[in-house]
Amino acid sequence: MLDADFFRRWLAAAAAAVNREADRLTELDSAIGDADHGSNLQRGFAAVTAVMEKEAPQTPGAVLTLAGRQLISTVGGASGPLYGTLLRRTGKALGDDAEVTPAQLADALRAGVAAVAQLGGAKAGDKTMIDALDPAVEALGDSTASFTAAGEAAEQGALATVPMQARKGRASYLGERSIGHQDPGATSSALLIAALAEVAG
Amino acid sequence: MSADKPVGIVLVSHSAEVAAAVAELAKGLAGGGATAPVAPAGGTPDGGLGTSSELITAAAASVDGGAGVAVLVDLGSAVLTVRALLAEGDELPDRTRLVDAPFLEGAVAALVTASGGGDLDAVEAAASEAYDYRKV
Repeated sequence: MLDADFFRRWLAAAAAAVNREADRLTELDSAIGDADHGSNLQRGFAAVTAVMEKEAPQTPGAVLTLAGRQLISTVGGASGPLYGTLLRRTGKALGDDAEVTPAQLADALRAGVAAVAQLGGAKAGDKTMIDALDPAVEALGDSTASFTAAGEAAEQGALATVPMQARKGRASYLGERSIGHQDPGATSSALLIAALAEVAG
Repeated sequence: MSADKPVGIVLVSHSAEVAAAVAELAKGLAGGGATAPVAPAGGTPDGGLGTSSELITAAAASVDGGAGVAVLVDLGSAVLTVRALLAEGDELPDRTRLVDAPFLEGAVAALVTASGGGDLDAVEAAASEAYDYRKV
């Protein structure tokens, strides 16, 4: 079973990964975006870490909804409402249970990823977060072992964005010139899922 | 078309200067006395380029008189932030609506309509119709 502490550790691992990879995320974003993805996510996840310490939410659902709300209000770029919606919708789907099963988390994450796709209007192959998140939730099953598979699927999904042409966001203005660069949002999505695998393993 | 209180307008841009200037321009062109309330929500709280949900919710609260709030946005994170606030949260006043419209032309049309006593549907329609106004 996964309790609130598991979810706080997931977010802490994600914050550490974002800190570690911030320069790389910004570098990827400078190729096809506006060169702020790393610093935006760093600010957002630092705020998430701070609010977790201050408010200490006691259920998995409350941890994720609070984190999502915090990302929406602090990131300042498109990744704020997108990651905020992912965590907030996932948290809402988990409800008020004190502990949830890996299968419940898998279902909730599917709902969260669907909400992200709806918010941004992105489909698979558009060179976005969805290209890492879709394969991740497909790989998720009813055991924590499947989280490792999900992390690997997300990483493969992020790598697969390199030859894609962007169809959403600022990168889409570049047309064919967006080809040949890994999508920063798919890359940070893979970090988030890898962090989940890390705390589960 | 008439309501006791006018519809409020919120203008969300990546830039504080753009949001404030478009609000001033709309007020100037709506002209002739008191206009409906309009509030800019531009940039980030520290003055940078971006979108701030904090500034958006504060601006919406400041123009909300109960007749609804029409929110116009520029692009990217401004669109997604308002959509996310409307889809998930309780941060915005009841009857807040994201209006699909060109930012500047829509702001002028929305403010003129709201100032004339138009309800939220009329304000939304006027702002959206600004897309149809061809320049060549």
